[in-house]
Amino acid sequence: MHQIDWAALRRDFPILNQDVHGRPLVYLDSAASAQRPLQVLDAITHYYEHDHANVHRGIHELSNRATAAYEAARTRTAQFLNAASADEIVFTRGTTESINLVASAWGGRHVKRGDVILLTELEHHANLLPWQMLAQRTGATLRYVPVLGDSGLLDLAQLDSLLTPEVKVFAFTHISNTMATINPVAELCRRAREVGATTLVDAAQSAGHHPLDVREIGCDFLVFSSHKILGPTGLGVLYGRAEKLDETPPWQTGGEMIVSVDWHQASFKPAPHRFEAGTPHIAGAVGLHAALDYLDNVGRQAIFEHDQALARHAYERLRELGGVRLLGPTDGNRAGLVSFLLDDAHAHDVVTMADVKFGLALRGGHHCNQPLHRKLGVRSSARASFYFYNTREEVDLLIDAVAEIQKFFCRGL
Amino acid sequence: MDFNSPDFEELYQSIILDHSRKPRNFGELPEASVTASGDNPSCGDAITLQLRFDPADAQKLAEVKFHGDGCSICMASASMMTTKIKGRTRNEAEALRGSFQSMLTLNHGSADEAAPPPPKELGDLRLLQGVRKFPQRIKCATLAWHALHQALSEDAAKRVTFDIEGKGQPAR
Ligand SMILES: Cc1ncc(COP(=O)(O)O)c(C=O)c1O
Repeated sequence: MHQIDWAALRRDFPILNQDVHGRPLVYLDSAASAQRPLQVLDAITHYYEHDHANVHRGIHELSNRATAAYEAARTRTAQFLNAASADEIVFTRGTTESINLVASAWGGRHVKRGDVILLTELEHHANLLPWQMLAQRTGATLRYVPVLGDSGLLDLAQLDSLLTPEVKVFAFTHISNTMATINPVAELCRRAREVGATTLVDAAQSAGHHPLDVREIGCDFLVFSSHKILGPTGLGVLYGRAEKLDETPPWQTGGEMIVSVDWHQASFKPAPHRFEAGTPHIAGAVGLHAALDYLDNVGRQAIFEHDQALARHAYERLRELGGVRLLGPTDGNRAGLVSFLLDDAHAHDVVTMADVKFGLALRGGHHCNQPLHRKLGVRSSARASFYFYNTREEVDLLIDAVAEIQKFFCRGL
Repeated sequence: MDFNSPDFEELYQSIILDHSRKPRNFGELPEASVTASGDNPSCGDAITLQLRFDPADAQKLAEVKFHGDGCSICMASASMMTTKIKGRTRNEAEALRGSFQSMLTLNHGSADEAAPPPPKELGDLRLLQGVRKFPQRIKCATLAWHALHQALSEDAAKRVTFDIEGKGQPAR
């Protein structure tokens, strides 16, 4: 494999080159939102400076260009996921909206009283609440694949008894945003197919960090957000296997998504346009296109290995410090993030001190995994998450910071 | 490692850290007249405040205790609050709450100089004024005070739990 110049890549991210609280910024919160390279910013600026108009409506030059750019982004996204067709790609506002679309529109049509919705205890609220609402609305039952304590691993031994023929839909995350667990998504989809359950993979944490091939995974739906993978905020992707999108009724309705409208009835376009009511986030799609190009240029497998090496290093060094409770897989088979708790300091205090004293951007809280934190008996944890622009030196700085934070909050005890 | 960051030093003064490490009036109050819980859904901090009114004077807070789990700012604020309101009347406690709230939020967003000097009656609680510079932490400092407000409000008699957005709901 070619040698990657990670330091040169980092220079593509102007935002990283700044001081906060008088220290060089160390951005370790990419799991919440990644930063954007110049290539993405330039693509968006170029679009607005030269090509912007509304899509699909006009017949003038700019509208043609905007439409072409928007649809090119769809084709590029299909390629990024190895989808069979660009028609399987719906642009949404984000992971959250993608899941709401599936739960409301597909679920509203196909999930009935007595059916079971199977989730895992790892799910982000975005992949829990839409299903909880659906269950409340339809009288379906929710089931959860349990997590084996702090290891963050799913208790797959229980899958036989949970994944029964009553399961209508099985929705699960690829990579846990709190525990860094990497789930065997292809295996889970295969098991779901055996009982005829529809699958949804939450790829919010994997799309920009791990190779992704929807046909290899064998999922029915897969969702992610542009902003976590170098693209703009306000844009997300819903991949739906053609057959599944075809059996999904419209969700939001309005302009763009119709064939014909009468006072009392209307007919709708086929997927994906049926699910894109109103003027879409055209510039967002253009930015996402540039982001996908950027990622594939670096290589997702290389990014995965880079981030994993940083996470392993962080995990080992935090363990050596002592007085630290570490969440997630213990065997190094984790994604590029580490959540931890200090015996002597609350996560909020850790994050505040890391920020003000060390210029470190961490996340603190329950990371939208409240039931999981509750199960683990944890109110909140601190999280460091890594991307390819982070360095080993930054991880070492994190460790120095944590050691100082421990000292500070211990003082006087 | 240099620790010369004025905002940080102000936030984590030794008295505040001392209260957070050794919270006063911490524990359960068996014969509480009223119990209110404050919950900070975005970060998971949760504290329960219990008050006992003086049998001879229903206006007077004879005993105050709290328990729960939160960051140092949340715990210190709760601890300092209990020492301050114990023995006071309902109205005095409510007035302190108003002063405390104003200290942290009045003119917020304007220059720091615009922060009015906190009223003397707040005593040590004035040390928490440094929280103003950490907007994300203001709700940590006010959690116990929201619980106090809830406990002193009319329907507190029927024991309520609430979250910081203020949506009251009957306790289970
Ligand atoms: C696993 C997972 N799912 C869903 C989401 C929600 O993504 P968004 O807020 O972009 O819709 C996130 C983001 O925090 C996540 O980490």
